[in-house]
Amino acid sequence: MKRLRWITVAVTAVMMWFGSAAHAKELFLYNWSNYLPPELIKKFESETGIKVTLDVYDSNETMLAKLQAGATGYDLVVPSGYMVRNMIKQGLAEKVDVYRLPNFKNVMKPHDAPPFDPKSEYSAPYMWGTTGITYDSAKVPGEKLEDSWKEFFEPRAELVGKIVALNDQVEMWNAATYYLGLDKCTESPADGQKILDLLEAQKSKLAMYSSSGTIDRMVAGEVVMHHQWNGASHRVREKLPTARYLYPKEGIGLWGDHFLVPKGAKNIDSAKAFMNFMMDPKNVAEASNFTGYMNAIQGSGDFLKDSLKADPAVNMPEEYASRLSPSKDCSKASRELRDKVWTKLKK
Amino acid sequence: MSGHRGNPLWRFRGVAPSAGLFFAYLYLPTAVLIALSFNENRIATIWTGFSPHWYGVVLSNDDILRAARNSLVIAIAASLAGTTLATFAALATNSERFRGQSLVNGLLALPLLVPEIVTAVATLLFFVLIGLKLGIMTVIIAHTVFCIPFAYLPIRARLQGMDPALGHAAADLYANEWQAFTRVTLPLLWPGILSGGVLAFIISLDDFVITYFVAGAGATTLPVYIFGMIRIGVTPEVNAVSALMLMVSIVMVSISWLIGRARR
Amino acid sequence: MIQALRKDARLRRWTLLAPAMLFIGFFMLAPIGLMAYVSVLERGEFGGVEWGVFSIDAYWSFFFERELDGSVAVNTDYLQIFLRSFWLSLVTTLLALLAGFPTALYMALQPERYRNVLVFLVTIPFWTNLLVRNYAWILLLRNNGLIDASLNKLGITSEPINVLYTPFATGIGLTYSFLPFMVLPIYASLEKLDFRLVEAAFDLGADRLRALFRIIVPLSAPGIIAGCILVFVPCLGAYVTPELLGGSKSMMIGNLIQAQFGASRNWPFGAALAFTLLAIVLLAMMVYAMRFRGQAPGETRQ
Repeated sequence: MKRLRWITVAVTAVMMWFGSAAHAKELFLYNWSNYLPPELIKKFESETGIKVTLDVYDSNETMLAKLQAGATGYDLVVPSGYMVRNMIKQGLAEKVDVYRLPNFKNVMKPHDAPPFDPKSEYSAPYMWGTTGITYDSAKVPGEKLEDSWKEFFEPRAELVGKIVALNDQVEMWNAATYYLGLDKCTESPADGQKILDLLEAQKSKLAMYSSSGTIDRMVAGEVVMHHQWNGASHRVREKLPTARYLYPKEGIGLWGDHFLVPKGAKNIDSAKAFMNFMMDPKNVAEASNFTGYMNAIQGSGDFLKDSLKADPAVNMPEEYASRLSPSKDCSKASRELRDKVWTKLKK
Repeated sequence: MSGHRGNPLWRFRGVAPSAGLFFAYLYLPTAVLIALSFNENRIATIWTGFSPHWYGVVLSNDDILRAARNSLVIAIAASLAGTTLATFAALATNSERFRGQSLVNGLLALPLLVPEIVTAVATLLFFVLIGLKLGIMTVIIAHTVFCIPFAYLPIRARLQGMDPALGHAAADLYANEWQAFTRVTLPLLWPGILSGGVLAFIISLDDFVITYFVAGAGATTLPVYIFGMIRIGVTPEVNAVSALMLMVSIVMVSISWLIGRARR
Repeated sequence: MIQALRKDARLRRWTLLAPAMLFIGFFMLAPIGLMAYVSVLERGEFGGVEWGVFSIDAYWSFFFERELDGSVAVNTDYLQIFLRSFWLSLVTTLLALLAGFPTALYMALQPERYRNVLVFLVTIPFWTNLLVRNYAWILLLRNNGLIDASLNKLGITSEPINVLYTPFATGIGLTYSFLPFMVLPIYASLEKLDFRLVEAAFDLGADRLRALFRIIVPLSAPGIIAGCILVFVPCLGAYVTPELLGGSKSMMIGNLIQAQFGASRNWPFGAALAFTLLAIVLLAMMVYAMRFRGQAPGETRQ
């Protein structure tokens, strides 16, 4: 009997030790690769005492697939805008009332009331950017290209074979719809055929389709023109000063990444603390300096590095604002059409 | 008998040079990646100077070290488990034909036949369905499943055509002594088991898709970490960590060779 | 219990088999069954599936499609992709065999103390990551890359080699990735070869080719077949190497299925594609099994 009592005490003590260890503050962050400066995470850890574990993914869809299949364990993910809407509709997002967080007042309009989360109940803004074209002005006749998708889809003779397109169904489809003046969420097979014809005509003029190693490829001079995100373009320009970013007049894709707490997260308080931390102008400026993308927080301009402010790829000139076309999550039928066109393109 | 210089096979003069070419082909990318890990420039395609500072970056990057550690642990566990199960299975299917043989072979080969992404999502769905908490264990389980066929086939190939007399002798001895079995059949089987185990190890070490889906938070492995960087491109940091993994493997091989020599 | 195990061969066999079978049965068969269920479901509005809503759409769309005018036509897109992947896998397997067999032979001829080391040497390059290896190949095969520059310096070529981003580069990369999977099973099989048989053949007046094809190859056949399976089948599902080295202008089965769980968010179709692939491969294996009359893979008539 006495032995049993000792065993019970010992087991309880051990369980309490494990229990308290589990309650030590933690945050499991699931983010894009290379999207948060390590020093910033360390700063957060020392300010709050919360231990951060970072896992990475390379696309919204693979992250979504994992969460849809039922995976749990992550406290914070970083989906793009259209994915946020998708996740909220599916019930994969936790309602954390971001607008109540102390630093929310720093968020610039219109980012404080995005269409997919008008009351900012679920998401906090992080980085936003555009997807356009980077080209090396030194290798182009006249050192300047016309700001139109034409240079990309129907290139000049000198540039044939020296252009790379993103190997991304959505980005290529969207670019084609801007150029052809179609709705990017079109479900019409006739529209699909037009897009397919355009893309097929372009295919032989491309060097390749690739979404990886885009920066190195431009800097090394392997190609002259690259379909690219603006932050990557900025990083190219840092090493290749003659690089220029194009804002096509027919339309340029605008996307934003946001912090979101997945349903069933264990450390919601830690997640909220991190969201709050990232809405502070000094912190988010550090992130911008690292990633090369613009943020949505007022006052961060004072802390941005000069090269970022001087680069029109990141610091978009006002006159281009009308060309921005926000990303949309399209219907099942539209996605099916897009997938069909892409398969036919690559078959 | 084999290995003796007087061995008639040396009449096949093409063998040594083609083996030489083979190993050159095999190690060319390895040499490139080691050389690049010392590139001062972040961009792999432009060499600006020799610098070991990327190794310093790797060793101070906790995330990448955690990922590398997880990879090794999982690969060792999964290849050991998979090879053991595969050895038993190979021994069992070796004797006379038996009913249900094709079914058994089909089941054992199944993990090879299904595309990884499908296995990955299916396994995750299944784990969630039975309420299994995701973590390193789930990765080890999923890896063991596909390690089994990779170990099974070489072991099986080894067993086939092994002198039946030895097999019968072992069986007789088996009937009397478990020890005799481990001292006769197993040593004969050893090259097959080693080949199978090593194949299982590298397939587990390299796995990305399945690991991505079934790993718990914090259980990232090196391939998942590196693939996450695919948009940015491979940095010398990644080359450095790969070179470090190579060094670990060379150390392990040397140790096992020394042990082998000491035993003799 | 142990007594029973000693006496009954059948019981012994099934006891040895049980762990592997149960493991795969539980952790592979059950998930795959789940996937089979998914393949006959309706795709979800936002991705994923509508559990409980049945639809044959996934399998139907593999073979047929609705044309622009609404009529139904046979869809050859996916068949083309399948054929291309099968062809590429076949070529890769043959190349791996040509490169791997002499090497396995070489390894089997070495004195015993070197053989185990050679086994490890064959696999050490694969302890690095697939992505890293592919990037190394990109650097090697690029125009102005290491190979091009060296050939140029040596005066062998004057034009850029234009190898990268072609099917040729994909072939080089894929063959490379699967080399150990061909070499090691053949080595395991060759290692126990009794070379006295070969000596006898030479004594009887056979030339080298005859000795090779009449004695060595048939006796190492289990290894060769095992190697071919271990290369061909995984190669069908490969997608990283073709994407990075081939320029992504054409899709492989692997890319297609991957996309269904990614950007296309069409799980039922992805599952249907996988099962179609599975059916084709199993059919091929059954044909092979019937030809060899019920022998298991890796066996030959002795």
